[in-house]
Order: sequence, then structure tokens, then C-alpha cells
Amino acid sequence: MQATIRKSNKVRRSKGDVIFDTVVYIITGLMILIAIYPMYFILIASISDPALVSSGEIVLIPNGFNLRAYEKLAEFDDIWTGYRNTILYVIGGTAITLAVNIPASFALSRKQLFGKRVLMAMYLIPMFFTGGLIPTYMVVKAVNLVDNPLVMILPFSVASYYIIVGRTFFQNTIPEELWEAAQLDGCGQVRYFFIVALPLSKAVLAVIALWSAVGQWNGYFNALIYLRSPEFQPIQIALRNILINNQMMGMTQIGAAAVEARQLAELIKYASIVVSSLPIMLLYPFVQKYFNNGIMLGSVKG
Amino acid sequence: MHANGFAISAKEKKSRRLLLLKRSVPLYLLILPSLILLIVFTYIPMYGVTIAFKDYKTGLGIFGSEWVGFKNFTTFFNSYQFWPILRNTLVISIYSIVVMFPLPILVALICSQITSSRYKKFFQVTTYLPHFISTVVMCGMIMLFLSPSSGIIAKLLSFVGIDMPNLMGSASAFPHIYVWTEAWQHIGWDSILYIAALSSIDPTLYEAATIDGANKWHKIFHIDIPSLLPTIMIMLILRMGSVMSVGFEKVYLLQNSLNNATSEIIATYVYKMGLLKSQYSLSAAIGLFNNVINLILLLVFNFISAKISEDSLF
Repeated sequence: MQATIRKSNKVRRSKGDVIFDTVVYIITGLMILIAIYPMYFILIASISDPALVSSGEIVLIPNGFNLRAYEKLAEFDDIWTGYRNTILYVIGGTAITLAVNIPASFALSRKQLFGKRVLMAMYLIPMFFTGGLIPTYMVVKAVNLVDNPLVMILPFSVASYYIIVGRTFFQNTIPEELWEAAQLDGCGQVRYFFIVALPLSKAVLAVIALWSAVGQWNGYFNALIYLRSPEFQPIQIALRNILINNQMMGMTQIGAAAVEARQLAELIKYASIVVSSLPIMLLYPFVQKYFNNGIMLGSVKG
Repeated sequence: MHANGFAISAKEKKSRRLLLLKRSVPLYLLILPSLILLIVFTYIPMYGVTIAFKDYKTGLGIFGSEWVGFKNFTTFFNSYQFWPILRNTLVISIYSIVVMFPLPILVALICSQITSSRYKKFFQVTTYLPHFISTVVMCGMIMLFLSPSSGIIAKLLSFVGIDMPNLMGSASAFPHIYVWTEAWQHIGWDSILYIAALSSIDPTLYEAATIDGANKWHKIFHIDIPSLLPTIMIMLILRMGSVMSVGFEKVYLLQNSLNNATSEIIATYVYKMGLLKSQYSLSAAIGLFNNVINLILLLVFNFISAKISEDSLF
């Protein structure tokens, strides 16, 4: 009798709890499957035999391993140009984003800043009201940035959200005593920023750099609106031409060769998805804690 | 000689301000680059929105073009396109909110029930992953999967003898495709904020509840959900403030002549009228109309929320 009481005290899980936990595991397991399977399918389809993919026989494991789709894709120059351009835009865009947003958010976090409220309002208003596409396009055109690769990295680098995140970070994590000490040593605000605050803000630099890099990698809107020349197009535009506009379908064979070509064209689509998404997918699990930190910084009401 | 001992004179006040201003100069230097970009590419376009009230002629420029009052707006309201695109925008947007707003909360509540911390982490990493797929790739995937001739879904259905309809070519299917693929891609990611809010709840609350005999359901309804309410309110206000802004990118990529009846929204219409047909004034007016409604909705919801729950943006 005593033994049973002690046992039930120790386990402390009622039958209801066991059922509850089981249901939680089943539901979350299904959600993981739903999230992962489409991506997994694309990966296995891209390395399988085109005819088997086309007949619906590739479901769980790859079959008829081959890299023909990737070889064909490699002959497609737009992908390479796009890849190179995107890498340049990611590097340039991220550098400019950090260079303009971080010093500004530092300055906006300083209580010594005269006119702080007005300035902060100037950075926040665009979250709620903007001029819209057409007036923005006209300004970009007026400063000769249409069809200029600079349009991908410069005009839209200031972001209210990054300013809020940066400001919250500087306000909450850098103790004011450091400024007082620096001031005694004759240090001004600019030097204080570069020598004291900046080295302490790697976390927020990482967050904003990652957001900006992912945005650059995945974005196609600015390129669609502002770029014309094929040699400036980022990878997403090349992908759009393959995936949405079916540019690879322009093959003229007939009969059996045509069927095969069509099946391969489908596979090239899968391969292009893998090639363009892999860098981010592989990198993401290692950097995800920075993203989470960033979300938390941004959600603090300021 | 009759210096005032207590009140600061206007002159002194002015010089104090000047001193503060002078001391802030280094900080202004840090702000300057971003401020220039902000003014040129955000505030000048805000002024440029005045072309919505003008008859813009390229030769005359923004300043030189003639004022026409609300003519562009009435042209838009009276065009046969007005009601369909307004309806399509609202259908997609409200449908998105109905699906996309509650589900992340549910995901967070389920996630917080996971007892193993390693499995919880795995769950989070995998459900966040689709968020990082680009819009172009996402739309490519939708078309590949839904293709009635070569898509995997069609193949699997044909094994059980069902014919796959051409969903991409169906106007009635478009809102469902848009919203549910959006849900697949972003629900996990959107739950981050709620998961964080749940993990910051004081654990002693749960211990006290256990002692009082509460089971897991009691804890969800009496601890978890009430703790999430402030976050939910803020997110709802923000979301309502963008009811009229359905993202351009995905809709534009999924659009085709067959589903156009439900897929033409304000953003895609502005793009086509403005940049493809060069009707600058008219499309600026449509964009402005859209922005103003969003702003009004945001203010209204902020006001309502401040009244009933004391959670507001400003």
C-alpha cells in the first residue's frame, strides 16, 4: 500500500497526462513532416531519374541517381551571373545596411541627443506611411539609379526595424557607466561609439547582418522594378525565368526526345531550387539563435 | 543688474539649448548618412505623392504638372476594375488574417507542451525552415507540386483514380492556394514571439497551479493564454494596420490569365498601371488610397485596443 503511494508520487503522471503527451508528440511530429517533406522531395527528385520522377515513382527515396539536371543547369549562364550578382549584392548591401543603421541607432539611443524625439519619429513614420511605389520609382529614376546595380544596395538600406532593434540593444546592454568613464578620459561620442560601444555590439551586428543578407538573397522585387539589363540581375530573377516563365522549356525536339526533354526540364527546375536555396538552408540551423535574439530585441517596446 | 534669481531667463534658456545642440553635433554626424538616405528615398517620395492630385506630364515634372484635385481618385473609383481589385485584396487579406493570426498562437501553445528540450529545439528549427525559402522558389514549388500533368500530387491522386484539376488555372482556388501555402511557409516562424512570451512565464505559477490540482488543460487556459494576451493584442493591431497591403511579390508570380479574376489586387494593379502603362498619377492615387486606408485602420484598432485592454502601440 505504502509502496504504491510512493510510486505514484514519484511518477506524478496521471493517465490523462500520458495521453496528452502522446497527442502532443503525434501533432508536433506531423507538423515537422509537413514542414520538411516538400523540401526533401525537391532534393531527392533533383538527383533521380527524370522518367521516374515524372511517373510519380519517387516519393521517399531517390532512385536512378544522376546529376544531369545539374549539368544542364550549369550550362545556363543566367544562373551563374545571377549567383555572382547576388553574392555581390549580399556583401555590399549588408555592409551598407550596417554602416548606416548601426551608428544611427547608437546615436538615437543616447539621451544626450538633442531633438531625439523628433528624429526618432522621422525613423518610425515610414513604418506606417510611405509614398508608395510610383513616387519612389520617380525619385530613384531622378537620381539615375534605374538600371544601376547600386539601386540594389543603397537606397533602401535604412530600415525602421533595424533602427529600433539597434537602439533597444544599445539602451539595454551597454551600461551608462562606461560612457561616464570614457568621458573622464576625454573621449567624445564618436570615439566612444567606435572604441567602446561597437566592440560590445557583435550580437546586434550579427542579427542585422543576417536579416539583411537573407533579404538580399531572397529578394526579387527591387530587381524587377529597377533593373533592366540582364547582366545586373540577381539569382532570384534568373530563377523566376526558369521556374515561373518556363524559359528552359524552349526545346524543339519531337516524339520521344521531346518527352524526355520535358521531363528533364522539370528536373532542372528542382535542381535550380536546390542550388539557390541550399546556402541559406545549410547555414540557417547554425545561426538561428541570432535570429531568435533579434526577434526579442525588436519586440521590446521603445 | 536685477538678475532674476529663480526663473531662467529666455536668453539663458536659448543659450542652454544652443549648448545642448552643440554637444549633440558628433551624434548628428553618426546619424547623417542614414538621414540623407531616409530623406531622399522615403520623405521625398512622400512629397512626390502629390502627383496623385496632379496630371503628371514627364516634360513638366512633379512641380510643373497641373493640379487636378481628386480627379485621379474618381477615375479609379469609377473604373470597372475598382470593385473587383478591392474585393480581391480584401478577400486574400482577411482570409490570410483568419488563418495566419491564430495558428502561430496554437503552434506556440503546442510547442510549449513539449517536455524534452532537445526535441523542442528540433521542432523549432524544422518548422522555422520554410520561412527562409524565397518567394520565387516558393511560387515555383507551388506550380511544380500543383501541376495537373507532372506534379507529384496529381501522380499520387491518379494512383487512387482521382483526376487532379488545374488549380493554378482556377480563379476560385487562388485565394486558398495563396493563403495555405503562406501558412505552410510562415506559421512556424510567426510563432517565435509567442514561444518566447510563453517561456518567460514565471515557473512558480505552474508549480502553484499543480499544487492546487490543475491539470495541463487548466494551465493552458488559466496561465498560458492570459499571459499571451498583451502580445496577441499588439500583433493584432499591427496586422490590422496592413489589411489593405497584400504582398505584391507572391501574388504577382502566381498570377496568370486564368486566375486573374481573383488574383488582381491593388498592389499588382498599381505596378501594371504605373510602371508598365506609365499612368503615374493614376497609380500614385491608387497607392495613396491604399496607404491612407491602412493608416486609418491602424489608428482605429490602436484606439480600440487602448480602450479595452490598455495595450497599444502609442
